[in-house]
Amino acid sequence: MRFLFKTDYAQDTRLFPFGGTRRFWAGLALYAAILVALAHYAPVALSPTHWLGIGIVYAVLFGAVLLRQNADGEGGHAAFWYGLLGVGALSAPFVLDLYFLSQITFVYVYAIAGVGLILLLGMCGQISLGHAAFMACGAYTAGLLQAQGFDLLVTLPAAILLSAALGVVIGLPALRMTGIYLAFATYAFAFIVEEVLARWDGLTGGNMGFVLSDPSILGYSFDSEQKMYYLAMALFVLTLLAGLNIRRSSTGRAFMAIRDSETAAEAMGVNLAVYKTTAFAISAGMAGLAGAVYAHLLFFISPEGFTIFLSINLLVLAVIGGLASMHGAVFGAAFIVVLPQLISLTKDSLPPVVGQLPGLESGIFGLVIVLFVIFEPMGIHGRWMKIKTYFQLFPLYKRGTFKRQKSYMVSEKNR
Amino acid sequence: MDRVLGRIWWLLAASAVIAFLSPPFLWLFGIMDGAGLTLYLQQVVSGTANGCVYALVALGIVLIYKATETINFAQGELMMVGAFLAFTFITMYGFGFWIGAAMAVAGGVLFGMATDRAIIRPVVGQPVFAIVMVTLGFGFVVRAVVSMIPGWGTDTYALATPFSGADLRLGALVVSQDYAAIIVSTVVLVAFLFVFFRYTRLGVAMEASSENQLAAYYMGIPVKRVYTLIWGLSAGVAAFAGLLLAPVTFIHTQMGFGVVFKAFPAAILGGFGSIPGAIVGGLIIGIVEALAGFYLPEGFKDVAAYVVLLVVLLLKPEGIFGRVVVKKV
Repeated sequence: MRFLFKTDYAQDTRLFPFGGTRRFWAGLALYAAILVALAHYAPVALSPTHWLGIGIVYAVLFGAVLLRQNADGEGGHAAFWYGLLGVGALSAPFVLDLYFLSQITFVYVYAIAGVGLILLLGMCGQISLGHAAFMACGAYTAGLLQAQGFDLLVTLPAAILLSAALGVVIGLPALRMTGIYLAFATYAFAFIVEEVLARWDGLTGGNMGFVLSDPSILGYSFDSEQKMYYLAMALFVLTLLAGLNIRRSSTGRAFMAIRDSETAAEAMGVNLAVYKTTAFAISAGMAGLAGAVYAHLLFFISPEGFTIFLSINLLVLAVIGGLASMHGAVFGAAFIVVLPQLISLTKDSLPPVVGQLPGLESGIFGLVIVLFVIFEPMGIHGRWMKIKTYFQLFPLYKRGTFKRQKSYMVSEKNR
Repeated sequence: MDRVLGRIWWLLAASAVIAFLSPPFLWLFGIMDGAGLTLYLQQVVSGTANGCVYALVALGIVLIYKATETINFAQGELMMVGAFLAFTFITMYGFGFWIGAAMAVAGGVLFGMATDRAIIRPVVGQPVFAIVMVTLGFGFVVRAVVSMIPGWGTDTYALATPFSGADLRLGALVVSQDYAAIIVSTVVLVAFLFVFFRYTRLGVAMEASSENQLAAYYMGIPVKRVYTLIWGLSAGVAAFAGLLLAPVTFIHTQMGFGVVFKAFPAAILGGFGSIPGAIVGGLIIGIVEALAGFYLPEGFKDVAAYVVLLVVLLLKPEGIFGRVVVKKV
C-alpha cells in the first residue's frame, strides 16, 4: 500500500498539490473532513450563503496548503488554479441542475477508469481491449455484495481487489505478448467474462441484469444526485492521487522503462513479469472501482453494458484525452460524456433531413477520432499544452515548435 | 527453413492426434454410426465455408500489416462496402451476377486505395496504436455513412446468386452450392495471390517493401505507391469476401463487425503477418465455431474461437506460423 502514496520525488511536485508525506495526509484529512461535512449537511438546513462561506474557508485553507508548498519553487500559480478548480467542483451541486450534475458525475466515473488506462497504456505501453471486463467485474461485485447487505466500505474494496485479481489473470498473457497479440488476448478474455456473466444467471441475473439500491456507508445512504456526486468526486480524487504517485514512484518509472523498451528495461534490472502484472492489476483495480460507482449511478447492470464497445470507448477516452498525462483522463472522460450529449442536442436544431439520419452519432464520433489522431495525436491534453505554450511565449512563439518527427525506422515487429 | 519445417512436423503430429480422436476414426472403429459421421462432416463443411470468409478478411488484414505495419480495424467495413456495392450493381442496377461481382471488387479496390491516401498516409510513421485508433474511427464513419446512403440504409438485403438454393450431393453429405462456391473461390483466390506474389513484378515489389521498406525504397521501388496498391488489393480481397458472405448471411451495415472480430483471432492464431497463417487460422476458427455450436451447449459457439485463441497464444505467443524476431533495444 505504501507505494501508492510515496511522495519523495521532488521534481514533479508542481503536478501535485502537496509536498511531503505528512502534508499529503494533512491535506487529505482536511479534504475528507470537508467532504463529510458537505455531504452530511448538503440537502438540508444550510442556505447558499452558508455554502459560499464554507467554500471561501475551504479555498483559503486549501490555497494556503498549496501556496506554502510552492513558496520556494515555481508552480504556485498552477496550485492556485487547481485549488480554484477544486472549489468549483465542490460547489457544483449548488449551482448546476441535476442533469448537468449527473453528467459531471459520469465524467468522474469515466475518469477513474481513464486514470487506470493511462497508467497501463500511456505509461506501461500495454494495450488492453479488455477493460470492459474489469468494469463489469467491479460493477457485479459491488452489486452482488450490496444485495447481501454490505455497504460501500466492503463493496468498493472488494470490487477493487477482485478486479485487480482478474487483472493479474488477464495480465498473464502480457508477460509474453505485445501489441496486437496482447490486445486480442485481453479481448478474448473479456469476451469470455462477458459470456460467463450472461450465462451464469443464477448469480448475475443473466441478460435480464439486476437492479441495485442506493449505496450507503455505515447507515448513511447516498440517496440523492448531490451525494453521489460527492462520492464519485472523492473516489476520483483518491484515484488521481494514487495515479500521480505511482507515476513518480519507482514503480512508475519501471513502467515507463518497459514502455520505451522492454529489452532495455530488463537489462536495467526491471522485472518484467512483476511490473507488467502490477500495471494490469492497478489499472484493473481502478477500472473495477469505476465499474462499481457506475453500477450505483445507473442502478441497473446487465452484460450488455460491458461489451467491446465500452472497451473501445475507454481506449478512445485515453487516446483523445492524451496519454502523456493524467490530465488526459479528465479531458477524455469529459469528451466521452459530452460528445454524445452535444450531438443529440444539436440534432434537434438541425434540419430534420440531416438530424434524423441514422448513424449520425457514431459517424461524428468516428470522425472526431480520425481527425484527432491525424491532426492532434497527443490528444486534448496535447492541444491544451500547445495553447498554453503559445500564450506563455506569446510574441516569440515559433511555428512548428511541436512538430512531430515521423519515424519510419521504428518497427513494431522488433518490439 | 529448419524452423518452419520443425513447426510443420509439430503441427502434423498434433493434427494426427486430434484426427485419431475425431469422428471419422470413431466411425472407422465402429464407435459412431454413419449418420453421426454425416452430421459431423456437415458441420465441418459449413465451418470450412465460414472459415474461408474469416480467412479472406484475415488475409486482407495480414496483407496490410505485413507491408505497412498498419493494423486495420476497418477491414470488416471494407468487406461491408464490397457487399453493398455488389448488391447495388447486381440487384439494383441489374448488371448480372458476374459483371456486377467484378465491378464490386473493382469498386472495393478503389475504395481501399482512396482510404490509404486519405486516412492512412497522414499517420504513417506514428505509433501503431495511433493507426489502430484511426482505423477504428474510420470504421465508425464508414458504417454511419453507409447507413445514411439512400437505397442502402439500415435495412438488411439478400443477394441472389446463380448458386442460391441448389444443393450439391456427395454421398450422404448435402452441401449447399453457396458453401461450395465459397470454398472453391477461396482456393482460387489464394492460388491467384500466391502466383501474384511469386511471379509478378508488382507482387515481388510488395513482398520487398513489406520485408524492409527503406531497402526497397533504395532499390527503386516507389514504396508509397506500392502501399496504396496493397491497400487496394486488401480491400479487393475484403470485397470478394463480402461477395461470398452475402448469399449465406444478409447484407447490412453491421455485417463487418461480427466478421472482423473473428478474423482478427484468425490472423493472430496463424501468426500475425503470415499469409498461410491467416488461411489456417480462419479455417480453424470457422470449424471450431461450427463444431462448438453443434456439439456444445448454447453460448459456447461464440466463445469457442476465443478460447482456442487464448490457448494457442499461451502455448505459442507468436501464433502458429509466426516469426520469432530478435528484440532490438
